[in-house]
Parts: sequence; C-alpha cells; structure tokens
Amino acid sequence: MIQVLEDFLQAFIAGLLTGTNYGLMCVGLSLIFGVMRVINFAQGDFMMLGMYAAYYFFGLFGASLLFGPSVAPYLAALAAGPVIFLLGILIHKYLISSVTGVKGSALEADGHYAQLILTLGIALIMQNGGLYLFGSTPVSIPTPLSSNAWELGPLWGDALSMFVNQGQLVAAIIAVVVVCLFVMLMSRSTLGKSLRAAADNPEAAIYMGIEVDRAYRLAFGFGVAITAIGGGLLASSYPFQPYVGIDYVIVMYAGVVLGGMGSVSGAFFGGLMIGLVQQLSTLFLPNQLQNSAIFVVFLLIILLRPQGLFGKALRRT
Amino acid sequence: MRPVLLIGLFGLIYAILTAFVQNSYYQLIMAVVPIWAVMGLSWNILSGYSGYVSFGHAAFFGLGAYFVALAQIKLGLTPWVSIPIAGLIGGLAGLLVGIPTFRLRGHYFALAMLAYPLAFLYFFEWLGYQELALPMMRAEPLKYMQFEDTRIYAYIALALMLGAMLLSNQIERSRFGLSLMAIKQDEAAAEAAGINTLAWKLKAITLSGMLAGAIGGLYAVVLLIVTPPAVFGMLVSAQALILAMFGGVATLWGPVIGAVVLVPLSEFLHARLGDLIPGIQGVVYGLAIVIVILLAPEGVFWKVKDMLRRREKNVSTHTAASAVSISASSESASHNTPFARVERAVVSDVVVLEARDVSKAFGGLKAVQHVSLKVMQGEVLGIIGPNGAGKTTLFNLLNGFIRPDSGEILLNQQNIIGKLPYQNCIAGIGRTFQVVRPFRRMSIAQNVIVGAYVSAKTDALAEQAACEAMEQVGLLSQADRLAGELSNKELRLLELARALAGKPQILLLDETLAGLGSNEVEEMIAVIRKLASQGMTIAIIEHTMQAMVRLVDRFVVLDHGAVLAEGSPDSITKNHAVIDAYLGKKWRASNA
Repeated sequence: MIQVLEDFLQAFIAGLLTGTNYGLMCVGLSLIFGVMRVINFAQGDFMMLGMYAAYYFFGLFGASLLFGPSVAPYLAALAAGPVIFLLGILIHKYLISSVTGVKGSALEADGHYAQLILTLGIALIMQNGGLYLFGSTPVSIPTPLSSNAWELGPLWGDALSMFVNQGQLVAAIIAVVVVCLFVMLMSRSTLGKSLRAAADNPEAAIYMGIEVDRAYRLAFGFGVAITAIGGGLLASSYPFQPYVGIDYVIVMYAGVVLGGMGSVSGAFFGGLMIGLVQQLSTLFLPNQLQNSAIFVVFLLIILLRPQGLFGKALRRT
Repeated sequence: MRPVLLIGLFGLIYAILTAFVQNSYYQLIMAVVPIWAVMGLSWNILSGYSGYVSFGHAAFFGLGAYFVALAQIKLGLTPWVSIPIAGLIGGLAGLLVGIPTFRLRGHYFALAMLAYPLAFLYFFEWLGYQELALPMMRAEPLKYMQFEDTRIYAYIALALMLGAMLLSNQIERSRFGLSLMAIKQDEAAAEAAGINTLAWKLKAITLSGMLAGAIGGLYAVVLLIVTPPAVFGMLVSAQALILAMFGGVATLWGPVIGAVVLVPLSEFLHARLGDLIPGIQGVVYGLAIVIVILLAPEGVFWKVKDMLRRREKNVSTHTAASAVSISASSESASHNTPFARVERAVVSDVVVLEARDVSKAFGGLKAVQHVSLKVMQGEVLGIIGPNGAGKTTLFNLLNGFIRPDSGEILLNQQNIIGKLPYQNCIAGIGRTFQVVRPFRRMSIAQNVIVGAYVSAKTDALAEQAACEAMEQVGLLSQADRLAGELSNKELRLLELARALAGKPQILLLDETLAGLGSNEVEEMIAVIRKLASQGMTIAIIEHTMQAMVRLVDRFVVLDHGAVLAEGSPDSITKNHAVIDAYLGKKWRASNA
C-alpha cells in the first residue's frame, strides 16, 4: 500500500517537473497557434534546433569551461532562445508570411491548409537537414545535476521517501521564471498589447496604426524561441536526435488545446497536465507506451473538448 | 471515355518502359513509383476532394504492411490473399477513425489524424515487432509473390495504380466526387443543399483506407522488411500528401505526376548522395512542398492547366465577351416587366411548415423566444424585424442547423426537431443564405446539380432538374461560368437555383435582396414573383420594405426574438408597435 503511494508520489513529482518544461514549450506554441491561429507543424523542429543550439553552446563554444558544468547547461538553454528567435523571424519573413495574415485569408480556408503543408515542408527540411548537420546518434548535455537527486523524506518514519532530480528541478524553476516574464511582457508592454490586438483583429489593428506584419513576425519569433528554450532545458536530462521534434509536436498541441486556445497561461497548465499524464501513465503502462498514452489523451481532448478544459463551446453555421 | 483511354495509354507506356529496364535497382524504382502513386491517390480521395487534410494515412498503410507480414510469418498466408484482406482492414480502420474524427474540422482534424499512426508506431514497437522480415519462400515464388525479376512487382503495382486511377475517375465523375467537392468548399451549404455530408466523408475515408491498406501490404512484400518507422512514420503520411499536393489536388493525375517526378528524384539522390548527405530524401520532399505552396498552391497539374486556359482565352476573348453581353441584355429586358398586384394560385389553408412555441438561447442571449408561426401552401410569408431580432436564427432552427431549446417544428404535420439539415432538405426545405455561400470553384451548373441530388435518383435526372432550375432563374445561358467570378446578383440567383433544383416544398430565402442595386432588386423580385405565381411556398427575410410589400401575402414581425405582430402588408405597415420597433418615424411621416 505504502509502496503504491510512494510510486504515485514519485511519478507525480516527475510529472510536475517534466510538465513544467512542457508548459514552457506550450506557451511558445500557444502564441503561434492559440493566439495567431497559425498552424506551425515545425514547432517541434524549432525545439530540436534549440536543443542542438544549447548543446553546441555548452560544448563547442566553451560555456562549460567558463561557467562550470552545473550552471552552463542552463545558460546555454537560455542562449538558444535568441538564436532560434532570429531563425524564426527569417523563416516567417520569407516563407510563412506568404500564407498567413492578409495573404492567407485569400487562400482556401484562410490559408490553414497552406500553413499546415508549408510548415510540414519546413519540418522535413529541418529534420533531415539536421541529420546531415548533427548526425543520427542521440546526444545530451552532460551535467552532474542530472544524475543527482535530493531526497524528500524519509517521511512517516522510514516508510516514505521520494527523490527529486536536481537537474530537472533547476530546469523547472527556470521554466516557470521564463513563463512569468513572458506573461508579464504580453500583458504589460506595448509590444504585448500590439501582438494581442494584431491577433484578435488584424484589420482593426492596422487601422489603429499597428504594424501587423511586424507584430506577426515578432510573435512567431517569440513563439519558437520560447519553445527552443524549453527544448534546451530538456536537453540536459533527455538524449535527443534530429527526429525528436515530432513527438513533442503532439505534446505541445495537446497542451495548447487542453489549456484553451488563445490563452497563454492556460497553455502552461495544459502542458503541465500533459507532463503529469505522461509520468503517471508509467504506473500502469509499460515505458514504451508512454507516448502512445499522450497521443490517446490528445485524441480524447480534441474529440471531446476541442475548446479546451476551461473554454466554452461555440458553434457557428 | 477519354479519361479512361488516357489512363489506359499511360499504363501501357509505363509497362513498356518497365519491360526495357535491366538494372535491378531501377526496376525497384519502377515498382516503388506506382506504390507511392497509389498512396497519393488514396490521400487524394479523402483529402484532395473533401478538403479534410489527413496527416495520418500512415496508419492505414502501416496496418496493411504489418498484416501482410504477420499473416505470412505466423499463418503462412500468401500475399495474394492477405493483400486484399489488408485492404479490408485499412478500410475498416478508416471507418473507425472517421466516425469520431469527423466531428472535427480544419486543422483540428489534421492534427488528430497525426496522432493515430504515431500511437500505432509505439504500440507496434511495444509488441516487439521492431523489425519483421518476410520469410523467403524460394520453393514457391509464384505462390508467395517472391519473384526474381523485380519488374513483376512493378507490373502488380502498376495494375493497382491503374485500378486506383479508374476508381478516382469514377468518383470525380459522379455525385460522390461532386458532393465531396461541395463539402470542401462550404460544408454548411452542402448540408443545407441536401448532402449527407457525414455519410460521404465516411465513404471517402473508408475507400481511402482500403487503398492505403492494400498498397501498404504490397510495400511489405516488395521491400521484405517492415519496421514501425518505415510504415507508420511521419514520412509515409507526409509523402502521400506531398505527392498529391505537388502534382495537383483533387485530380487523379496529381498524385501520379507527383510520384513520377519526386519518387525517382529522391531515390536517385539518395542512392548518389545518401552516404554523404543522410536524409536527402526528406530534404527533397520538404523543398518540393515548400516551393509548390509558394508558387503553385494547387499543384503542378492545375498550374499548367491554368496557363493553357489563359492562352486559349487570349485568342477567343473578343467573341466570347460580345456573346455574353447580348444574352445579358436580353435577359434583363424580359425581367423588367411592370408590377401588378400578385396574380397566382390561391393560398390554400394547408400548413406546410409550422413552428410551435420555439425558443433558443445562446448563453444569456435569448435569440428566439416562444415563436409560433405557420406557412401556408402557396403563400409568400415575409419575416421582418430589426437587426438582431432573431430572423436568421429562426431560419437556422427551421432547417435544422440549430436545435431549439424547446418547442416543435413541423413540416407537413411531422415533427422535424433533431433532424439534420440535409434530412430536412430531403424532406422539402430549401434555403438560401444571408451571406451567399456558393461553391466558388464549381461552375454554375455544378453548383445547381449538387442541389438537385436530393430529389434526383440518377445523375442524369439531377442534370435535368438543374437545367430546369437554372432556366427558372435565368442562368441557363451562363451555366459553365465559375461561381467565383459571378456578381452578387448572379450569386443570389445561383443560390436560388440550387435550392430550387432539389424541388423543395418550401423555400427559405434569407435576405435575398441584400446588397443589390435598385435595378437588380427589381429583377430579383420578378424571379421570386414568378416562382410564387407557379405555386411555390416561400418564407423570405428582408429589410427592403418597399420591395416586400409588393411581394408578400402576409408578414411576421420579429423583435428581440419574439413575434411582435403578424398580418397583411396593409395592417403591418400601419401597426404602431411595428413602426416604433422597426419602420421608424420617417415611415410614419411619409405614409401618414
């Protein structure tokens, strides 16, 4: 009995830690998918690039020597953000902008098909180009924190004791800080307000003097950069290879849909819950089926409550 | 006959070319091209025609491949038997996936479809089938489809591809294809025009799954090894989609063109540069699709076709333009007859459509409250009221787009609450929309034919009914024009014809005069009056009172979702409550 409780609490802690990270990734996607209603299939691959950016910052550029192996992985993850931000801006400017916004509304179904398929193409190029650039061998960022854990307990005499992975805990704390900063940016700053206005009603925003194209570009850049930081933080505890993105695409869309479209903070909690589902599923499912569990949960969410857990059903004819 | 001949010719050329290929690697490519073409055709049947983009066709492909491999390993079943069964399994999987997933639209549908093959991928890995090799049956090569000569696989794949092409051709030319295309362009309008959208979509995904399952089975036989990423992986779904998108969506030639160009290209590059640049195949597909979306979003086939048509047009512009203007002017002349008070079939006391105490609220907003009204056979009922009075909501309730919270709606004394729009259309309710909803990429004739399927048993009868309907509204002379290039008035006439073609008992016309110039309003009124004089029962929502008083027999006035007044045009226009709520003081002054 106690053993079951201990397993449950241990999985719950693991779920909270990974979930926080997923939440950060979902916040990035929610800006693109939830707020701007642009479907970015390549989101997982931007995340993958974020992981490799962090990996190379850590290794090649010597961050590990300068700051030591405990601090450097997190600095490298944060440094991946601006790099992916620039890449996102460029890709949006030269490719994605031709099927979104005003140009997109001229296409069939507001350009949704074109977006899906264009970003699918970008995803294929990134994955397979990544195979050439980075090789197919899984890598990870080695940090001593990842292999150490703090012990919670023993509680209840000697009966109960849980372990919290140090690396994951630090990553989770950073993730929460980044999310908070970003939510503040979105709600307080002029930039955030213009982004939300441009997303809500592009035409009205243009009349109010907001440069909608620029706002969309920035939002896309922020969206992929935040997800990339999430990827960078994950890179020290999970090995990855160029095809890693596709699994996380589902995780991210599941989180965003669960949290309710258009809500940045909702997306964070959506991601958190997906992390919990994933880890708790290990209690009664074999490890290999963890991802299958996420896909099934994703299907259930999207089929039963496509408006999200907290959203309201609207149907238009 | 011509497309069938063309398909046959293409097959013949491909077979002859295959016969001359000696190198076994090229022979394999000759076999793989039609396999992927079938996969593209399978995707096209669902996603190309109906517009429901699937990212998950690998699910059906992989199930087929695993079934054929496992059937041979565990049961010793020959692929000659197991491939057709794989097709059935794929079809069943399509049906089972479709039933829940078609509740979703647009990008939600696409994302949900993505999850199926990925869930299968991990599931099959967990089952321990990381790599299945088909056992070699050297003793009985014919029985187990294990040929020394790879070209025989190419012929089998080619035969399947020709079959899939003929099937697609059949679909394109029947009410199946036209219904799917109507769904793609405007599902709500298709539903209101009497198309059972869910049934057609399920039929499409079942057929699509069958093709994908069968060809997945053949793929396993040709490659001899089945792994989860190779058959359930993202690249399989992506490849199906990319080949079709590249070649051209919603045409049977699209996936074939895509496969003939891209498969050999990527295979060739992979063979040449695969060691140097791993993943070159994926990069080629990725680049192909990015370029296509940016330059020719509909695919190569349509781009070329458009270019050819434009060249043709430049030659014949002059004659065509003058012909159109003549027919247009003669038409408007015939419609400009002066108005007299309605002379036509007497309004009977038979109730066609009745609402009894119908209410509907959206959250706190009571859009329609306790509305009761009757529409008599042969009558023209005008429904007026200020913006937001609940007029369009009432129509949506009447034809089944929305289900009322309470009350009854009766068509010929039968309660129709809970019936879907297409069922109500079949039962005899035709409608048009406040904002026109034509199928923009179809011709006028095709639009109207879609509306005719409801009442017509055969496609020929549908065509005939469509011609009559176009004649009634005066669009017959322009039947071949694309709906996307019509003026507002023509679109309104088109919607009217589409509703008429289904031979409805009652027409619901939602602001048919909105956005028309004064001359156009007169033309439109003439058409509606003509219908009324032939005995058609009509309920019409309209704002233009000047037009309405000449058109209708009786008014119902709605305000804040409730019936404010009801009566003859005379009594309504003098009713104080109506004037205050809707017509305004100016009306009182000018009509005092």
